[in-house]
Amino acid sequence: MRSIVGNEILKTSFKWRSTIAFIAVAVVVPLVLIGVKMQGDAVVKGATRALGQDFLFFGNILNGYFVTALIMNSLWVHIPFLITLGAGDQLAGEATAGTYRILLIRPASRSRILFAKYLTTLLYTLAVVAFLVALAVGLGIAMFGTGVLLVQGKMLTVIPESEAPWRLVLACGLAAWGMWSVASLAFLLSSLVDNGIGPIIGTMAVIIVSYVVSAIPVDLFRAMRPYLFTSYLNIWQKAMEQPLPWGEIFHSGLVLGAFSIGFYLITWYIFVRKDILS
Amino acid sequence: MSDEVVLQTFALGKRYGKRWAVSELDLTVRRGDVFGFLGPNGAGKSTTIRMILSLVTPTTGRIELFGKPLRQNRKEVLGRVGGLVERPDFYLYLSARRNLEIVAALRGGVSPRHLYETLEIVGLADRAEDPVKTFSHGMKQRLGIAQALLGPPEFIVLDEPTSGLDPQGIKEVRELVTRLSADRHMTIFLSSHLLHEIEQTATSMAIITGGKMVVQGGVRELLSDREVAVRFDARPFERAREVLAGLPFASGIRQNAESVEVCLPPDRIAEVNRLLVQLGLEVRSVVPKRSLEEYFLAITEGASEVSPSARRTRTN
Repeated sequence: MRSIVGNEILKTSFKWRSTIAFIAVAVVVPLVLIGVKMQGDAVVKGATRALGQDFLFFGNILNGYFVTALIMNSLWVHIPFLITLGAGDQLAGEATAGTYRILLIRPASRSRILFAKYLTTLLYTLAVVAFLVALAVGLGIAMFGTGVLLVQGKMLTVIPESEAPWRLVLACGLAAWGMWSVASLAFLLSSLVDNGIGPIIGTMAVIIVSYVVSAIPVDLFRAMRPYLFTSYLNIWQKAMEQPLPWGEIFHSGLVLGAFSIGFYLITWYIFVRKDILS
Repeated sequence: MSDEVVLQTFALGKRYGKRWAVSELDLTVRRGDVFGFLGPNGAGKSTTIRMILSLVTPTTGRIELFGKPLRQNRKEVLGRVGGLVERPDFYLYLSARRNLEIVAALRGGVSPRHLYETLEIVGLADRAEDPVKTFSHGMKQRLGIAQALLGPPEFIVLDEPTSGLDPQGIKEVRELVTRLSADRHMTIFLSSHLLHEIEQTATSMAIITGGKMVVQGGVRELLSDREVAVRFDARPFERAREVLAGLPFASGIRQNAESVEVCLPPDRIAEVNRLLVQLGLEVRSVVPKRSLEEYFLAITEGASEVSPSARRTRTN
């Protein structure tokens, strides 16, 4: 089994499509950082406006942690898109290349091969998210130094400098967990079609429609919110709340995990029975 | 040719929507056979091969490999089988060796030495590290055969292995198939739409058209032009039968409601006709039934004069 997983990872690593996500992150993160460097004050003012009248802010507000949290907002749409690029190609790509005809005539069961591909997808997702956060923190600290992490939510949360690092690590992990549900959906759509583009569009369509539905203040839509997996994708933000809402984190984590597993089980059911005509 | 049955299908069928791509297929391949599966394009050859190799689930019927049902024993039996389905597709961005390693891992791995040997058998050992996208079609076809040979398997299924090859390539594949059968004692199943190809390599064969099998048997028996089946409308039929039965060079005499059928050497037909007339029989017609080759050409060219009676299945 290990060699099967190893080969799947190998196949994905060597595909040029897999590098798109990493190149995109490697280009966009520095660009954002440079942009913030130039307009830094405006960003900080925006965050502290409400309280700035009554309080004095010392210290280095515009620091590496702050910009990392800022950059992590790309997890709503941009990162999911990059994830679907890789995840959506896992199964559909084999159909396009015609390589199912050498893979699936072997004694290794389809379940095993599918699971190896799924693990590869999860690893790829984790790599993209981790790369995003690591690059943002690394370059951010290099350009802006460290300091207190100010998070603007319903209230302005202040996270001390000592806590900021592990909170960001936690946020990174939770973000990956959330992105795994996106990847699982793209993986499922990948088993249904023979081209790699369909799953990308399908997954992004689901995500965006879900966001829109969640945002419209209509009673029907409000009732749907708990059932849309996108409602729980804010799990990474909870790592930066004071105090840490472990209950909510746990709950969101469970729901996202259930969606991921659910998507995988449906994929399994389809894939094991599929007639390979490609 | 031994008696052990390597592949057997029982009333195998596959339906897509309303169309039956394959129906009522009963194939038997014995150990040591080079079995030619012959049929025009669209006859159902590839669908049958996909079912044998578990890419497609049959709608009806079942498949047994080495005497065991495929569905329940997939892992065990497919470990003894190698296959190449339609055109050879690989991970173009990986090397030939890498591609074979991926396939080998799915069989539980093979030794690097065996992998190298396989590449040597197909003549690609010197291109092992090159990415497959630099390969010509002929080389990809050879690599396709190489991945089918990993194991090594006892039974190989090849779907049109010479398609797209130049005459040199076709000759090489033909020689390879013969070598595999003679030297390595592999049982081989290959499909083709070219009769002369099957004629040259196969020991047993079956013809399929429109999803149904029309004939199955030993190549020599089926394609022999030493004899032709002739239908005599010579009355009275019983008398005709007696006369024919007395002829030393006649065989396979069959009487039905409208005629007496007999197998004769082609050059003796006129003589038999003359004999029947001289003995006072009323010979209304003498119709040589089409030999297998003519029949096959007729179906591949979509000719409409194929007689329904020729569609019956004859097994060995």
